[in-house]
Amino acid sequence: MTRHPHVWMGLLLWSIFSQAQAAWTVNMAPGATQISNAVFDLHMTIFWICVVIGIIVFGAMFWSMMMHRRSTGQNAAHFHENTRVEILWTIVPFLILVLMAIPATATLIKMYDSSESEIDIQVTGYQWKWHYKYLGQDVEFFSNLATPAEQIHNQSAKGEHYLLEVDKPLVLPVDAKVRFLVTSADVIHSWWVPAFAVKRDAIPGFVNEAWTRVDKPGLYRGQCAELCGKDHGFMPIVVEVKSKPDYEKWLGERKAEAAQLKELTSKEWTREELVERGDKVYHTTCVACHQAEGQGLPPMFPALKGSKIATGPIKDHLNIVFHGKPGTSMAAFGKQLSEVDIAAVVTYERNAWGNNKGDMVTPKEVLELKQAESQ
Amino acid sequence: MSAVIDDHGHADHAHGPAKGLMRWVLTTNHKDIGTLYLWFAFSMFLLGGSFAMVIRAELFQPGLQIVQPEFFNQMTTMHGLVMVFGAVMPAFVGLANWMVPLMIGAPDMALPRMNNFSFWLLPAAFLMLVSTLFTPGGGPNFGWTFYAPLSTTYAPESVTFFIFAIHLMGISSIMGAINVVATILNLRAPGMTLMKMPLFVWTWLITAFLLIAVMPVLAGCVTMMLMDIHFGTSFFSAAGGGDPVLFQHVFWFFGHPEVYIMILPAFGAVSSIIPAFSRKPLFGYTSMVYATAAIAFLSFIVWAHHMFVVGIPLVGELFFMYATLLIAVPTGVKVFNWASTMWQGSLTFETPMLFAVAFVILFSIGGFSGLMLAIAPADFQYQDTYFVVAHFHYVLVPGAIFGIFASAYYWLPKWTGHMYDETLGKLHFWLSFIGMNLAFFPMHFVGLAGMPRRIPDYNLQFADFNMVSSIGAFMFGTTQIFFLFIVIKTIRGGPPAPAKPWDGAEGLEWSVPSPAPYHTFTTPPEVK
Amino acid sequence: MADSISLKKLVTRLLLVVVAMFIFGFALVPIYDVMCKAFGINGKTGGQYEGEQVVDESRQVRVQFLSTNAVDMVWDFYPKGDELVVKAGAVNEMVFVAHNPTDRPMSAQAVPSISPSNAAAYFHKTECFCFTQQVLQPGERIEMPMRFIVDRDMPKEVKHLTLSYTLFDITARHPPVALNTDR
Repeated sequence: MTRHPHVWMGLLLWSIFSQAQAAWTVNMAPGATQISNAVFDLHMTIFWICVVIGIIVFGAMFWSMMMHRRSTGQNAAHFHENTRVEILWTIVPFLILVLMAIPATATLIKMYDSSESEIDIQVTGYQWKWHYKYLGQDVEFFSNLATPAEQIHNQSAKGEHYLLEVDKPLVLPVDAKVRFLVTSADVIHSWWVPAFAVKRDAIPGFVNEAWTRVDKPGLYRGQCAELCGKDHGFMPIVVEVKSKPDYEKWLGERKAEAAQLKELTSKEWTREELVERGDKVYHTTCVACHQAEGQGLPPMFPALKGSKIATGPIKDHLNIVFHGKPGTSMAAFGKQLSEVDIAAVVTYERNAWGNNKGDMVTPKEVLELKQAESQ
Repeated sequence: MSAVIDDHGHADHAHGPAKGLMRWVLTTNHKDIGTLYLWFAFSMFLLGGSFAMVIRAELFQPGLQIVQPEFFNQMTTMHGLVMVFGAVMPAFVGLANWMVPLMIGAPDMALPRMNNFSFWLLPAAFLMLVSTLFTPGGGPNFGWTFYAPLSTTYAPESVTFFIFAIHLMGISSIMGAINVVATILNLRAPGMTLMKMPLFVWTWLITAFLLIAVMPVLAGCVTMMLMDIHFGTSFFSAAGGGDPVLFQHVFWFFGHPEVYIMILPAFGAVSSIIPAFSRKPLFGYTSMVYATAAIAFLSFIVWAHHMFVVGIPLVGELFFMYATLLIAVPTGVKVFNWASTMWQGSLTFETPMLFAVAFVILFSIGGFSGLMLAIAPADFQYQDTYFVVAHFHYVLVPGAIFGIFASAYYWLPKWTGHMYDETLGKLHFWLSFIGMNLAFFPMHFVGLAGMPRRIPDYNLQFADFNMVSSIGAFMFGTTQIFFLFIVIKTIRGGPPAPAKPWDGAEGLEWSVPSPAPYHTFTTPPEVK
Repeated sequence: MADSISLKKLVTRLLLVVVAMFIFGFALVPIYDVMCKAFGINGKTGGQYEGEQVVDESRQVRVQFLSTNAVDMVWDFYPKGDELVVKAGAVNEMVFVAHNPTDRPMSAQAVPSISPSNAAAYFHKTECFCFTQQVLQPGERIEMPMRFIVDRDMPKEVKHLTLSYTLFDITARHPPVALNTDR
């Protein structure tokens, strides 16, 4: 493509006159918080100071380059020092810097004042995903990249939020002071949301603070900003800022979910209870392929009735349900079903249709498998 | 003192350059060693450049096309390491070897045998470093800044070879620096007082002191890594009571002065070249010397500005922000001095001057973005984005690399005895200039728009500028092969160069014939 | 100048500088540690506190407790409460729970960190499991008390403290058996 300038020019024109114009962004965005606006102002101030100094200095140089050429018959002057000028151009820049440092200091002090937060969230970096925990609320979850691998490997068209989309975004209420406690479980990461002007390194063994108060509801996207290994470019951050009632509602739902899950996984399940529940799960999730009596549709969809998997070692059985079977239509249900449902369906399959193994998987064992996998 | 040197002088005098390969392997001649250094640096420049081409090819479009993320990380790491330690630093040592003795009227470097050894360590070090790319676990993939614990607990096996290679490079640099200091302090011709030395010698003297001060710290840093990896210590591992942030402090205590190590000699060279083509003495020689010293001093107390987001306390942030802003003052003085040197001169624009003027302007742009980065709250947005990549490439490419090109064209007639082809030289300049700006200027934009550095793939909003960057990078990269052609052409022929090919040039190096004879200044010249 | 100092002397001095700077690189480790503890850089806390303080009834501080498992750590590890509101100068206690769900003995090390970091120097632990390596037998579960005092002299603007523990698996480096026989 580099060898075809017309293609390139076409792309350029296309970009300018199409909706994709936003792609030619040349500047930082002011963001969605007071702090990010203050940072943006600082950025623009120092930028314009640099531009003015640049125009003066480069202007003088270009003037010399135009006017003081030998080809125009110039004879070189012989001055080579001027104490007064030299002192002047030491002091004037110094004063400009002092002027710059004052607003920068004020903003920095504000950024460091994380006291009196309404919500505290522990942000933990993992290779290569983020974990969020709402302190005191019993709500926590991992946030993974949601962009499909086909898009990354150019097998399907890339979406608008390519590489900047996650399965579960961090949800915050609007107009509330939120404190982030940033740490890491493995290497150093950096949690960055440009619209909040929040960037903090996540360091294993140490906890770092940052805070924000977002003015407008919306979706805000960021990325890990510290090289953390192979998939450093594939661990985005998405923050969904909701109105306070919506946030409360969301939090309520998450809490209920968590409580329910906790109850289900910590409860002592009997085999009968699991089989009963597994019956329902099987007939909603598995029945399409493995069929109502576990007979399957060979050769595409193997039978479970009397199969090696369903009557073999229980660990292998759980594993295949949990991870799926690559290259076949058997999906990895570990991420789709709850711990209880996985335990139930595996137990059901081992005890239905005359398989009668008489053993069981507890939700807790599934939870442990899940935890071992996610870490 | 002079007795020692005369010994070498006589020993070498008896027989000129040896014949064949052994001339280069065993040489203790500063010009031969300088040539070796320069060729080595150039080949590393092409190697590091080819890594950059892989990076830019992958980033040409969004999506993963050419390499996988693991290899991409190895490329960014190796590109940085090879360019910093293999291309820029050895190129300056090469220039110092060639020019410092000629500029101060010395017959050779003060420690010629050590000089030979310090060069030959380099190919060994880089052979080891680059060979790790072919090991099963891959080469270093943790960035040239190799932050722990990514570079310790989580590193590939090859990290041990990387550490050993860094040690060799460090020893080489330290020996080179000691040699430069010894030569400048002990071998100046009678009458060559410190304040009469050309600025290139001054800046190299200061650079050498920086090297002596910080390369051992780097060595300590990688030694601690080695101990963490193999001997169960916990300097940087939180699990054993260590601290990963400590790594960054130690690294940047080396790393920031290192930045100046890579630019000060270029300051010096440009301070010779601009007066030569302005036909006017350098403006503010004394303030130039003091400004260089001030920059070198300040470079020791600003390191944590690379770490504004690791969570250092407020007072720390403020201190490092103020100290960093201060660097703008002496740097500004230098730029103002160069501009004033050109003012009311009688300017001509041969290739060295083109590169030197571009150096001043583009380096200043890198300085401006540096000033922006110094503002800690704004740095929270810039840190680890392409804005930083743009910044340090503006400082290093038109800074260090253009400085080296300017020097090469300026002194090529002295080295080879031939004039280079001016048209080709200018073409090389313009292609480099356009390619370099096309490659690096859009990086400011994508950085500000939010693209992190060291990622192999990116959102579509960054696609257009990345394509522009890649095109610029391919252009800049290809152009450097053209430079190789120009140099070879100049070595093989071309109009014979007079002793002083530039009418405005000053300095002792122009008092010897071109090409400079194998032995120069065996009797010290008189400096008035 | 050129005559005042011999080459040998100069090179010797430069080499001494090199050696000194190499040692300085290592010396940065204790220097940094001292700086951290003095200024609370990185939220590093000091060792066991022996002093006693008068309770400041008028000053209340919120103390939050976090626990993080390093990536290869499989233990359950959590504080019994999420936070405490404490009085400056008073002795308080928080119990942390650790459980080894595996079928092998393991050893672990908890690493504390305080945020905001300028408060770290004012958070005193009078009794803490973080000073020692912890060994748990298969299935064993323990409760580990952590007693602390928030210093009266802590900067007034700090009203809210977070104590975070990261638990690392150090079984490989400090095998539990060896550790047991040490005792």
